Amino acid sequence: MSQAVLQLEKVRKSFGSEVVLEDISFKVLEHKATVFIGASGSGKSTLLRCINLLDQIDDGQILLDGQDISAANVNPDEVRKKLGMVFQSFNLFPHMTVLENVILAPTKVQKVAKEKAIDEALELLDKFGLREKADQYPDRLSGGQQQRVAIIRSLARHPRLLLLDEITSALDPVLVNEVLSTVRDLKSEGMTMVLATHEMGFAKQVADELCYLHQGRILEWGDPSKVLQSPKKKETKEFLRRLHQAGRL
Amino acid sequence: MAKKSGRSSNRAAPSSSYNFGGSWSASEIELARRHARRARNKKSALIAALSSFLVLGTLGLVLVTSPGWETLRNTFFKWAYGFEILPKILLGFTTNATLTVIAGTSVALIGLAIALLRTSRSPALTPFRILATVYVDVFRGIPMLLVILLVGFGIPALQIKGLTNNVLVLGTLAVIITYSAYVAEVIRSGILTVHPSQRAAARSLGLSNFQTLRHVVLPQALKRVTPPLLNDLVALIKDTGLVSILGVTDAVRAAQIQTAKTFNYTPYVMAAIIFLLVTIPLTRWTDRMLRNSYERENAVGQA
Repeated sequence: MSQAVLQLEKVRKSFGSEVVLEDISFKVLEHKATVFIGASGSGKSTLLRCINLLDQIDDGQILLDGQDISAANVNPDEVRKKLGMVFQSFNLFPHMTVLENVILAPTKVQKVAKEKAIDEALELLDKFGLREKADQYPDRLSGGQQQRVAIIRSLARHPRLLLLDEITSALDPVLVNEVLSTVRDLKSEGMTMVLATHEMGFAKQVADELCYLHQGRILEWGDPSKVLQSPKKKETKEFLRRLHQAGRL
Repeated sequence: MAKKSGRSSNRAAPSSSYNFGGSWSASEIELARRHARRARNKKSALIAALSSFLVLGTLGLVLVTSPGWETLRNTFFKWAYGFEILPKILLGFTTNATLTVIAGTSVALIGLAIALLRTSRSPALTPFRILATVYVDVFRGIPMLLVILLVGFGIPALQIKGLTNNVLVLGTLAVIITYSAYVAEVIRSGILTVHPSQRAAARSLGLSNFQTLRHVVLPQALKRVTPPLLNDLVALIKDTGLVSILGVTDAVRAAQIQTAKTFNYTPYVMAAIIFLLVTIPLTRWTDRMLRNSYERENAVGQA
């Protein structure tokens, strides 16, 4: 079996006295997607932020392609060049057009020539049906379009691993579909991903492994349909029951 | 293109005939509504005109019929005399203008540097951060006139070789010292209003701290604080006149010299008009620039 793209070993994270993540261990193999589900505040976002080195872990190890990226002498900028992250609130840069958003990192970080970066960006935008929005400012786009631009922005850097943090939480159902089909396309092209989501149907479709996060611990994990249909722990059952009640399962 | 559509939708008068596919024409209800709106607009315009006429007319009348009006007009608004001495005041104003350009540029650079220092988190910069904080606290709190006197008379008194005794240079220095403190705080507040998520997004893309600042944080921050910065620029233009206390002849000082000769105050009014001719267009121009950029970047109808 090939080496894991991402591997976490007994990761722990706390904010002051509040422990947010405890004993988190999992690995993501190449071309695979690991999906995290769990209630708000269960630590999903913090987990992704820790992998991206936006937050510092308190214990354990994070390995990216076998390299310990949680080591003290690691330059976060270098690590982040290999990672793509998409946020719940899109976080596009409002003072730049769609195209400028997409080519910013390739030209400034990867130092790609501007013409080449533009060509690549337009190709990506074209692929996801956003070519005609290239010269618009983000505020003129729908939420779904903005989130797709955010995905394209992180793809333009050819990341080794894509981190998607509840990317559909701020969207209405129609726009959710538009964004999720983009992610399904990426998955079928072999992108390695870690996702946090509240969309169970989507989680089932795209996940190779599903992890239920409860109060900072991975309580249950495995094949997505197994976890969703025959959960073993009572906390997972309770979470799924509540989702069902809310009509979200 | 987008801008154009934004404009035209703003301009669309209720009376213009909308035409989607040609099959639609306004219903009776809509026509009645438009008629009522037009009538209401006419009425508002009439009321505005009438009240303006009454208020401004009354004020003007009180002024003109007051017993001292003739004397006032002769001492403050003697235009023939005003135009006669105008070149002298204009010559003085070149001092204000030069000072504004030099001080304005320096203040922008120093203010930005201080703001960046104060918002940075790098441990290596800690001593500079402390110095910057002390600097701002001190010079924002001292009246500028005192700083001008301290620098203008204090530095020459030190009698250090190589240091200038030119009052114009020292006066400019004092203005720069004071305004940098103000401007630093304005820029810093702008930097703080850029949401942390923007920084997180930029860092996630692999941008370094400096690149994030340069391409993501500062462009947004500076745009937001442009109105208050402009306010400071207008104040700076006027405050450059304060260096006249060191003996520099600026517009106000030139006017003062003229009034001292003739005991007619028209030169002061002329100086005031010159200042207004610079500051008002400046304000309008910046307003328009900001509005254009707002229209470009923001969705229609979200204002």
